[in-house]
Amino acid sequence: MSGRTHLGMPAFPEAATSATRDARLRRNLRHATGTIRAKRAEAVAELPDWAELRAAGAAIKDRTLRHLDHYLEQLEEAVTAAGGTVHWAADAAEANRIVTELVRATGETEVVKVKSMATQEIGLNAALEKAGIRAYETDLAELIVQLGDDLPSHILVPAIHRNREEIRDVFRGRMSRWGRPAPEGLTDDPAELAEAARLHLREKFLRAKVGVSGANFMVAETGTLVVVESEGNGRMCLTLPETLISVVGIEKVVPTWRDLEVFLQLLPRSSTAERMNPYTSMWTGTTDSETADGPRDFHLVLLDNGRTDALADTVGRQALRCIRCSACLNVCPVYERAGGHAYGSAYPGPIGAILTPQLRGTTTELDASLPYASSLCGACYEVCPVAIDIPQVLVYLRERVAEGGEVTVRGQRTTIRPARGHAAERAAMRAARWALDHPGALRAGQRLAARTRRLHPRRLPGPGRAWTASRDLPAVPAESFRDWWRRTRDDRAEGDRR
Amino acid sequence: MSSRETVLGRVRRALADVPRTEGPDDVPVPRRYEHTHMPTEGPGATGAPVDLLAENLIDYRAVVHRADADGLPTLLCRLLAERGSTEVLVPPGLPPWWLAAADPVRIHDRAASTPDELDTVDSVVTGCAVAIAETGTIVLDGSPDQGRRRITLIPDHHVCVVRVPGQVVASVPEALERLDPSRPLTWISGPSATSDIELSRVEGVHGPRTLEVVLLTE
Repeated sequence: MSGRTHLGMPAFPEAATSATRDARLRRNLRHATGTIRAKRAEAVAELPDWAELRAAGAAIKDRTLRHLDHYLEQLEEAVTAAGGTVHWAADAAEANRIVTELVRATGETEVVKVKSMATQEIGLNAALEKAGIRAYETDLAELIVQLGDDLPSHILVPAIHRNREEIRDVFRGRMSRWGRPAPEGLTDDPAELAEAARLHLREKFLRAKVGVSGANFMVAETGTLVVVESEGNGRMCLTLPETLISVVGIEKVVPTWRDLEVFLQLLPRSSTAERMNPYTSMWTGTTDSETADGPRDFHLVLLDNGRTDALADTVGRQALRCIRCSACLNVCPVYERAGGHAYGSAYPGPIGAILTPQLRGTTTELDASLPYASSLCGACYEVCPVAIDIPQVLVYLRERVAEGGEVTVRGQRTTIRPARGHAAERAAMRAARWALDHPGALRAGQRLAARTRRLHPRRLPGPGRAWTASRDLPAVPAESFRDWWRRTRDDRAEGDRR
Repeated sequence: MSSRETVLGRVRRALADVPRTEGPDDVPVPRRYEHTHMPTEGPGATGAPVDLLAENLIDYRAVVHRADADGLPTLLCRLLAERGSTEVLVPPGLPPWWLAAADPVRIHDRAASTPDELDTVDSVVTGCAVAIAETGTIVLDGSPDQGRRRITLIPDHHVCVVRVPGQVVASVPEALERLDPSRPLTWISGPSATSDIELSRVEGVHGPRTLEVVLLTE
């Protein structure tokens, strides 16, 4: 069942080392990300004002984040006025408890779920399972992951690490354990696989009494929630059940109805490279007449779970602009080779490398390794539709891991100690600082290095070996820049001064 | 302390760097993007939104037809017959003349109808609230000629009538201006699709696998 979590995952370098040895995984990822990269570029090029939309998207999110308390209260009031019930969850355990109790109150023992990053993050399915409630994932890729007792590896396409043959095998082997078995003679044709998913899930949609979702956007001024999807499973879960429970991160609020005009242009083109995704559902509370359209009960669970800790960091805060489009994953050379599982959280890729350590802190070896899961090439920043400067935050978080410092953990200011294993890095930085503060020593050192350059090894010994395993040491020039300047320019400079 | 206070308290402490005098509207949002990408007048004119709508609908595998008031009943009759539909779901306020020539039995969405009952119906015919040319999107808002969201979801064949040019806007910003957020809204761009298998697009999962759009000249 879907009880698998990311708990106990090894640090990124170990996980990535084994992932990169998996030739099939690399082939699957290279094919899939290559396909989507080209399509995204085309979809974006169709809009001559992309840069302006991107700037507006970033600014709207910044406005929201700088006044998040205001917008959350406004949202709560609007949702309540429209007939919804708002719950607040400080962490994952509380959110899971709230959802479990809401499901129990309906007397039901199964729920249908729309793909949602927030519920993935909090491990809702495992929590429901413990309470005897079965959660059916209905997004095709999430279904593949759930049936395969696997973990998602991509924000948009959780089963991106699987190719069509593997998906066929999962369907043939596992569908019968969860309900309607795969059709006889199922092939690996994507259209047939989609048809198999349609048949398998149909009975669940039609009988479901409780739906669980996330949301892409929540509009503070109107109380409207927005879910963007492709398959129609979202529409099924949002409209057929009698009770709808939406678990949404507090950063998903946008101030006004009009603001959607920016995000509904940025998101589809950045994520699936479409002008518009096939289905977008928007609902505001409930409709309570005899012929009500959609669920009679609507519950919104507002989730913190580390978001306010990220908010407290004026550099890292920008990670909360993220609209989960996954464009940064698709362009990342590290993601393409290591795959999503190596990142050890619901949020893989470049955005995960800056979001996860902020949501969970950097106390585990895995979380402390994430800011290093990048070559800092900057492609993620280029494609980000809300202009999150991921490389900037990566470097900033590396400093925090290596040096320690002031952070907010679960709302409390605290000082974290430098991570173990970064002693050499810190010593090198201290030495550099001292040398740069002492020009005489720096000059003497540079001259010594230049004279002994023939003796320098290509690889560092001792703890530096890992660093030079994949890099050459920079060659030391025969003459330092300072010496060269002095030799060639000092005469003239002296003359000018006179 | 309630969790509400806990979370809001954490948010306020996290924002200690924001000056107390700063209001939400003091954070500038530059809106220098275009209100529409298709100027219909002047030197940059790119043709009628209706034509672009048709083009984009077809690009995403919707089937597009054009009709005037005289031709609509026979067109709808033909589309349902070609599909082999014996029953058609109709929203409560669908203009009766639209289906005046159609043979299938009209099924009404009642409060007591279960999803299972609706699942036996082959087709649904609706109007729409607005259509967006640049993205090839039709938007339903639950008005009487469109009905509840579930009736355009469960049948496998959806025929949507768009009155042109009145219901067509060029862009997403123009559509949002026309729509009422208090209504349940469904934006539809082509038939149901997925990109979940190797990131290749496949049409047809849970929603209607065939979307036919009739552009009805007013």
